[in-house]
Amino acid sequence: MTSPETSPETSPELRPTRRPASDYPPGRAAFPHRHLLGIAGLQPWEIEYLLDEAEQWVDLNRQASKHDDRLAGLTLINAFFENSTRTLLSFEIAGKRLGADVVNMHAAQSSVKKGETLIDTAVTLNAMRADAIVIRHGSSGAVQLIADKVGCPVLNAGDGTHEHPTQALLDALTIRRRKGKIAGLRVAICGDILHSRVARSNMICLSTLGAEVYVAGPPALMPPAVEAMGATPCKDFAAALDGADVVMMLRLQHERMQGQFIPSPREFRHLYGLTDARLAQAQPDALVMHPGPMNRGIEIDSLIADNPKRSAITDQVEMGVAMRMACLDVLTRRGRGVAGWA
Amino acid sequence: MSNTPTSPLTIVNGRLVLGGHAEPVPGNLRIIGDRIAEIGAITPGADDRVHDARGALIAPGLVDLGVFAIDRPAFHFGGISRAALMPDQNPTLDHPAQVRFAAYSGKPDFWVHPLAAATRGLAGIEMAEIALMKEAGARAVATGRRWITDTGVMHRLMQYCAMLDLPLIVHSQDHGLSGNAVATSGEMATRLGLPQAPAEAESIAIARDIALVRMTQARVHFRQVTTRAGLALVRAAKAEGLPLTVGITPAHLLLSDVALGGFRTFARLSPPLRSEDDRQAALAAVGDGTIDVIASGHDPRGPEDKRLPFADSQPGMAGAETLLPLSLGLVRDGLISTERLFELVAANPARILGVEAGALRPGFEADIVLVDPDRPWQVDSGRMAASAGNTPFDRLPVQGRCVALFKGGRLVDQISG
Repeated sequence: MTSPETSPETSPELRPTRRPASDYPPGRAAFPHRHLLGIAGLQPWEIEYLLDEAEQWVDLNRQASKHDDRLAGLTLINAFFENSTRTLLSFEIAGKRLGADVVNMHAAQSSVKKGETLIDTAVTLNAMRADAIVIRHGSSGAVQLIADKVGCPVLNAGDGTHEHPTQALLDALTIRRRKGKIAGLRVAICGDILHSRVARSNMICLSTLGAEVYVAGPPALMPPAVEAMGATPCKDFAAALDGADVVMMLRLQHERMQGQFIPSPREFRHLYGLTDARLAQAQPDALVMHPGPMNRGIEIDSLIADNPKRSAITDQVEMGVAMRMACLDVLTRRGRGVAGWA
Repeated sequence: MSNTPTSPLTIVNGRLVLGGHAEPVPGNLRIIGDRIAEIGAITPGADDRVHDARGALIAPGLVDLGVFAIDRPAFHFGGISRAALMPDQNPTLDHPAQVRFAAYSGKPDFWVHPLAAATRGLAGIEMAEIALMKEAGARAVATGRRWITDTGVMHRLMQYCAMLDLPLIVHSQDHGLSGNAVATSGEMATRLGLPQAPAEAESIAIARDIALVRMTQARVHFRQVTTRAGLALVRAAKAEGLPLTVGITPAHLLLSDVALGGFRTFARLSPPLRSEDDRQAALAAVGDGTIDVIASGHDPRGPEDKRLPFADSQPGMAGAETLLPLSLGLVRDGLISTERLFELVAANPARILGVEAGALRPGFEADIVLVDPDRPWQVDSGRMAASAGNTPFDRLPVQGRCVALFKGGRLVDQISG
């Protein structure tokens, strides 16, 4: 039995073979997008390019000195209109490790509370000549609205119940490193699908990369037409878990619920909580993931979350920093005048 | 030539849009005072002023049933001479004085028919003073852009409207199902992560109100029926002989929820845009006569209401300018005749409001629009006559343009060329 203190370095991780650079189109053609607003619209090779780019940062982040200067002199603004701890911290660390000057803006302390419109805020941030803006906002589409108004790359750190692309990318990176591949894997995404931007980005991302994605949740928390995003809806939790290589649990998002969607968290756990007994239906080596923050004892039991042989939850956090470094690097290349990208 | 306002006016060289003739017939139209005097193969009198229509359609001015703002330049651009103003104003049209004020607000170039709020503050709880508002000029009663949740309130309201012989214009969205939704359930809403409600929110609301009409025999106009299931219900209820009429806007005939892509708030409407299947059903319902009225739903909204994240933006579109050209497209597509088009945009709404307008008939108000049905132009949200350019049809090339508009026999708008 592995002890719960096992560090990520010793967790069962496989190093996938990175594609050689010659596999990708040269320069900007490898990732021709100005912003990262969502996974929808990205080609599979563009996603793989970002994943490959992140590998070097995983290596760097495991060294004693975790510093690179490529974003030196650039200003990164993290504009968070919705509370966040881990995503904000992850972007802040990512920016700092690449040498950028990082400024965090919290809605709670901004003029947004004084009634300033989102567009005015966007124009203000733009006038301060940010080189990249990371935005989280509670309304679907808000990040795109800002992106249309500013002259620098915008990274979506979660907009309403729409998309959370860097989460999907870091999840893909985590799966790839732990399983050695993504194509052909059976992935179950379970819980509050309706309110989850993570689920949307992951359904699109993982199905685009060739995984078989199954989703399950109480009917009131399942949106229609998930098939259009490459996922297969299951009638119950067991059907989704059956033979799964990866089990991704989602947080119940009480704060987004207007009205009652489930009778109680206790009853939700009874039907959709990931317990040892339920996990036994998945593959013996199934990987358990959760985007955090977890409601321990509701959608996931602590015994599973803390078992490093099964749980990739801390890996996800680690991959998050590397993934965001890759996104910041790639998206600012044009502005930095990198050869082939300007 | 005498130019006194009292001298008769004859519009010549036009093609008259007349009841009983599917397609326009060449002819002239003579106006004395503010009324239509003669129609057909007439010659102008010696003292008449003469207006050369140069081959344009001579049609009744459009009667726009259910607009949210009095926006005269946009209405004149669109050939609309009268509009029924929804009670969703600030302040709400729930008091006789508000109604009286609104009724005079457009005169003389444009007539506003205020719709009395069915309930105080449109809250759906207490009935407003409907009879007093009728005295003040209200031609109909409306529930606003809201559903009356309490069936008891709705029942008593219909009884009361039936007693006063006032039509009741209803918005059909079951509130429990629609909640805070801004989009119809389906792939688009799921992809965009928008609060969504099933299309059945409409048919469930309609089913209840049809049952109440059967009990009360109130004249009810469903302002917008946009789903296959809702249209099937009203089609059956009309066949049963219930006093129902049904409306829609061009947006629901020409756009599906795909138009929401990219979070385009100009496509945020109430009711929300539907699936392609529902859109096809709506087109069929225009063709088979189930739908009686096409209205603009004109609701100009500036950036403060529209340049926001989708769910935070206000619903509504500036539709007055595009009502006629988009509806003319239905004629070009062979779905309806020209005669039927003007029933949908003029005669039927006028009949519902009980006004002597909306048709070329001697004795009727001389609200006349001259239309070049083929004239091409392009919708441009940056250059609209409306007070705001929130059209989901931005950049769309269209055909058909109002070239002159007469209100009560007076020329109020004309374009050159």
